Amino acid sequence: MTATDAELQPRKKGLTRRQKRGLSRGVQYVVFVAAVIAFAAGADWGRLQNQFAQWDIAKQMFPDVITLALKNTVLYTLSGFVVGLALGMVIALMRLSSVGPYRWLAGIYIEIFRGLPALLIFIFIGVAVPLAFPGTEIVGGTYGKVALALGLVAAAYMAETIRAGIQAVPKGQMEAARSLGFSPARAMISIIIPQAFRIILPPLTNELVLLFKDSSLVLFLGVTLEERELSKYGRDLASTTANSTPILVAGLCYLLVTIPLGFVVRRMEAKAQEAVK
Amino acid sequence: MSEKSSTGRPEIQVKGLHKSFGDNAVLRGIDLEIGQGEVVCVIGPSGSGKSTLLRCVNLLEEPTEGQVFVGGTELTDPDVDIDAVRRRIGMVFQQFNLFPHLTVTENLTLPQRRVLGRDKARAARVAAENLERVGLSEKANAYPASLSGGQQQRVAIARALSMGPEVMLFDEPTSALDPELVGDVLAVMRMLAREGMTMMVVTHEMSFAREVADRVVFMDGGVVVEDGTPDQVIGNPAHERTRHFLSRLLDPAMAQVEEETSE
Repeated sequence: MTATDAELQPRKKGLTRRQKRGLSRGVQYVVFVAAVIAFAAGADWGRLQNQFAQWDIAKQMFPDVITLALKNTVLYTLSGFVVGLALGMVIALMRLSSVGPYRWLAGIYIEIFRGLPALLIFIFIGVAVPLAFPGTEIVGGTYGKVALALGLVAAAYMAETIRAGIQAVPKGQMEAARSLGFSPARAMISIIIPQAFRIILPPLTNELVLLFKDSSLVLFLGVTLEERELSKYGRDLASTTANSTPILVAGLCYLLVTIPLGFVVRRMEAKAQEAVK
Repeated sequence: MSEKSSTGRPEIQVKGLHKSFGDNAVLRGIDLEIGQGEVVCVIGPSGSGKSTLLRCVNLLEEPTEGQVFVGGTELTDPDVDIDAVRRRIGMVFQQFNLFPHLTVTENLTLPQRRVLGRDKARAARVAAENLERVGLSEKANAYPASLSGGQQQRVAIARALSMGPEVMLFDEPTSALDPELVGDVLAVMRMLAREGMTMMVVTHEMSFAREVADRVVFMDGGVVVEDGTPDQVIGNPAHERTRHFLSRLLDPAMAQVEEETSE
């Protein structure tokens, strides 16, 4: 307790510091509960339920929402993640290179792709690439395009994460490896990167969650019925049924994946914290 | 012990070595030769450049000027295959630098397999032999984090030995250890010296230097001030700077040294 605190100690209004703290917290609770009640009372639940929670409509979404839409969302996310990880690794290593131009190129890439909305990149891949290279087709059709677009965005973020992870490995590790006769590349692959990945596993998993949501941008590439993922599938069904229940169901499907993933991340972070102690 | 020193070509040869970090000249003209099977301890106050000198010998630090030869190969030649030369030079660090994501055995086998291309069985055999030598066979499957500092350092020595080096460099190998753990590490180093390993040891362990070293090199201010047998350099230093260092740093040890001399 500092001197100023001590000076404030003589009681005003006869309340101790602890009582004041309790009172302030009580007021916060009351305000919060009041806001919830006001919101709940003010909303028209009947209409909301009509629009968003039609059991019949929800039922007819199964099993497609899982076997088609969720499956595609997961596929898009994973392929984007793999491309992003591979490209991000290359960019991270360029960023750490002793060769100036490599560092600059990597820096420019990161600034551009972190600064642009993912939506624009999807539009660019969907429109500009076919225009620029007529006749060429991105390998894998829509899946390839999505992997590329998501990968390009993810790579910029992952490159920075991977770079930070590599730099967090103590310098002595590289020195020990070099003194044993490892070449710089071999030391990186066998010694440094495995340790870096332990450090960056939580942020990388977070990146996976972000990609999972960004995969909804696929709809700007134009997809066939079989290629629809959760958001597009939900929206399509919402317009054919003139009801928003599919949107709610699709949303719940996202949470079905992202909440457990978030839980895993927190577990890993707690474990990493423990290891540091 | 000093009789066995330099027969024929020196194993380590340093000529006119300078090293600067920016404006800071850490090494200012070092000439040093270490013969095959010789044990040389490098002592000196912190900032004297002794660790930098050691790190220049396997080019972990790039010399600003001068030449370094190990086993007749010039390391300072720009076209040298430095990775190939380093395989012949074992290095032990103050902070052990074991690979924490690998078990003790993997720490010993991975470099053999990746760098020397040894097959799994051979690498495992060599690893087991060297763990045995440092007395840690029972820790083969442990992870470094579960070992004491002294055990980690012995594993680090075994890791370096597994590569079959001709020369071993020790950079303050006991400075990060609790006092009661120093003895085990020094015992392993003593064993290596007896076996005829060429060793260059940066250390503050004066009793080790006295007992094991063929030569002691005292450095201060980036130059070699004194170079001679332990009896000369520690027992009867010729230079004021050496005397000052020894008396200031090692009053209690000096008493012990005097006692040993009188024996």
